[in-house]
Amino acid sequence: MVAGMVRAATIEVGPRHRITSIKSALELAADGDTIRVVGGTYREGNLAIHKRVAILGVDHPVIDGQKQYEPLSIFAPNVTIQGFTIEASGQSAVTDIAAVKIYDTHHVTIADNVFDDNFFGVYIQGSSQCTIRNNRLTAYGKTEQLTGNGIHAWKSDSLHIGGNTVTGHRDGIYLEFVTHTEVRDNHSLNNRRYGLHFMFSHDNGYYYNTFTNNGAGVAVMYTKHVRMEHNVFSENWGDAAYGLLLKDITDSHVAHNVFSRNTTGILMEGSNRIQMQRNQFQGNGWALKIQASCMDNRLTQNNFVQNTFDVATNGSLVLNTFEHNYWDKYEGYDLDKDKEGDVPYRPVSLYSMVVEKYPMAMLLFRSFMVVLLDRTERVLPSLTPENLKDDRPLMNPVDL
Amino acid sequence: MNKIIKYVIADLLRSRTILVYTAVLLVLSFSVFSMEDNADKGVVSLLNIVLFVVPLVSIIFSTVYLYNSAEFMELLVSQPLRRNVIWMSIFIGLAGAVSLAFAVGVGIPVIFYAATASGLILVLCGCALSLIFVSVALWAAVRIRDKAKGIGLAILLWLYFALLFDALVLFLLFQFSDYPIENGMVALSLLNPIDISRILILLQIDISALMGYTGAIFRSFFGTGGGVALTIAVLILWSAVPLWFSLRFFKRKDL
Amino acid sequence: MITIQQLSKRFGKLQVLNEVSLALEGGQCVALIGPNGSGKTTLIKAILGMVIPQSGNIRFKGKDIVGEWEYRNEIGYMPQIGQYPENMTIGQVLDMMKDIRRVPESTLDYDLFNAFGLGGMLDKRMRTLSGGTRQKVSACLAFMFNPEVLILDEPTAGLDPISTELLKDKIIGERQKNKLILITSHVLSELDDLVSEVIYMQEGKPLFHKTLQSLKAETGTNRLSSAVARVIAIHEFVD
Repeated sequence: MVAGMVRAATIEVGPRHRITSIKSALELAADGDTIRVVGGTYREGNLAIHKRVAILGVDHPVIDGQKQYEPLSIFAPNVTIQGFTIEASGQSAVTDIAAVKIYDTHHVTIADNVFDDNFFGVYIQGSSQCTIRNNRLTAYGKTEQLTGNGIHAWKSDSLHIGGNTVTGHRDGIYLEFVTHTEVRDNHSLNNRRYGLHFMFSHDNGYYYNTFTNNGAGVAVMYTKHVRMEHNVFSENWGDAAYGLLLKDITDSHVAHNVFSRNTTGILMEGSNRIQMQRNQFQGNGWALKIQASCMDNRLTQNNFVQNTFDVATNGSLVLNTFEHNYWDKYEGYDLDKDKEGDVPYRPVSLYSMVVEKYPMAMLLFRSFMVVLLDRTERVLPSLTPENLKDDRPLMNPVDL
Repeated sequence: MNKIIKYVIADLLRSRTILVYTAVLLVLSFSVFSMEDNADKGVVSLLNIVLFVVPLVSIIFSTVYLYNSAEFMELLVSQPLRRNVIWMSIFIGLAGAVSLAFAVGVGIPVIFYAATASGLILVLCGCALSLIFVSVALWAAVRIRDKAKGIGLAILLWLYFALLFDALVLFLLFQFSDYPIENGMVALSLLNPIDISRILILLQIDISALMGYTGAIFRSFFGTGGGVALTIAVLILWSAVPLWFSLRFFKRKDL
Repeated sequence: MITIQQLSKRFGKLQVLNEVSLALEGGQCVALIGPNGSGKTTLIKAILGMVIPQSGNIRFKGKDIVGEWEYRNEIGYMPQIGQYPENMTIGQVLDMMKDIRRVPESTLDYDLFNAFGLGGMLDKRMRTLSGGTRQKVSACLAFMFNPEVLILDEPTAGLDPISTELLKDKIIGERQKNKLILITSHVLSELDDLVSEVIYMQEGKPLFHKTLQSLKAETGTNRLSSAVARVIAIHEFVD
């Protein structure tokens, strides 16, 4: 170990140094060495890294893929890429070219880099214990097909993805078959498709991320044991856009999140045993759409404020629990002063069911006739699901 | 022109109905805003008052006023005045009084509690509806000599715009839901000034939901400058056309 | 001053005026009489432009009145029942009329205003006034602007006897200023000492248009009412 420390050398690369290309530095380097690269632009085609080196940029040197190459391919473990601007990777409809691609290895760190105008940003496959931290990724694709994902991981384990900002990619963060991973403090905005997209990625946690104004919001599918906490999902507007789509998600926690001004706050399909607690649903078209295929979900202590519709569903059988939520549309009373309403609140309005079936009926929303219909239905429920109700609605919002 | 307007307005502003109307709106608005914890919810609660009560009061009050002042109009016509000056003065007087009552009754609470885009649009739409339904009342009252029949027609017109029209739209919507009727529906809603006002306010407070299925239509129509201009133009037409027809008739009417 | 040629007006099926032709000059005080529904009020309203005739024309000082309004500056009109905006005060009504006419204050005629004692009630609202007081306001307004033509529709209806006398004195005074005065009334006895000519309307047509003198001479009576009764009797006998 001590011998190793002593042997570790630092190789300087730069226009004024003896070594002017990263490629030759890599040839000279031994495992454990550090390569320091100073200013300038490096156009060296593909740099394949097979040694355990740390490559550090000073003053953000540029690695240019000239729209043809994959600038960095990492095959060795314990590699660090830090402080670079990596731009203009190649594009391909056949292979997924990325600015940085990590192949079947472990303990790689990609930190403090700027990724500009790449196809994929960071691509991780078959790797574990990698850290993707504080990078800024921007792409300018006009359509979903012309751009790749910002941070893309496939068949990996125990990653840490934190503090990154992803804009303009297809999906901001994409995980498939990725386990035991923490995604924290990222900002994913204005991406073509999803801010966050994962499938078959069990036992992951997502904390303190912000997903704003992505084409279709956030979609997560076919996964167990997910924790999503303290995230913000906002301004995902559009025909098929949601703050969060939960499709076949089971045994998971969704807590302390804010869903603000989305067409649909959360859409749940085939999802079971999810605990939803202390979320704020504010100013959404539909705060929550819960399909009849969902069961044993539990919603407690959430705030529903200023949503056009609070809850919509497509069936009459409801096997989920709503309790102790605050609904700003609740018009009941609290005679025994226990801060819970004495009559149940029915969050599904008749007209939301009409709109579900005839979208154009939205045109008549808030007309006197519709108000009349909804009031009647609230007094004498006939079409809305009998047992979708909050028996103990809170009189005041939950302090989140 | 302003020779008579000021007297008509002075007369109307002292009318008990207008004073009561203003007071009721003020009390309602202040209590709605003080009960609701946020401004947009207050605007939503007021929306139904505006869409329901404002047209009703505007059309009924104006019709009754016109019938009650038949002799006064005779007196004016016997004076050296042009008939269109008389009629326009009465329109301006009525429209001014009714919309002033609304602007005070709802506008002031909105400034206090909800000085937002949605609040502003609510007040503007209320004023526009006042003008439009005064204009419709003028048309109804000038066409029908019998007071009871005239007031009956006014109530029917209000019922049509406030309720029946929407029922008709909903019916069409259910009947033809399998066809691409989106643009037709938007065009249809332009035929009712109450619906136009409602949709304008909807675009402020339910924008997230509107950006859903029907979003494309709403955005491509009401969201654009051209759509807004067209909407305003239609509202202006709605107040100008009945007025113009009533004026044309009044000029040839025997008093 | 006013010439009417073949004036016809129908309300629906009802022929109210039927080819009426008349010539009225300054200095005349004309009584327009006839049974209810004979077309007196409609004729007056036609002259004032309040009723639009189907055919025929009315000339005021030689000018057709169709579409005109300025000529009404020279007409003072006292309607049968004067209705005013009920929340306005007498003072405001007077101000409004002055605003409409725009006549210099010095030329205004306040005789009736003073005679009726309206000065003390300027702040009273119209809705609180009795029918008689309203008539006083109407009369006062008709004379106030010194018009060349006065049209008085049942001027004494609702007035107390003293006010009636005051009004009659005023009418006689104005007649001497070479004005044209047109009066309709049911109470023929009141017209005796006022009028110079009589037009009797029946079924939308003037049955006769004579001077009071010739009428009295023809019938050999000294009172208007009996003279009129006599003429009508003769006409019916002829028919």
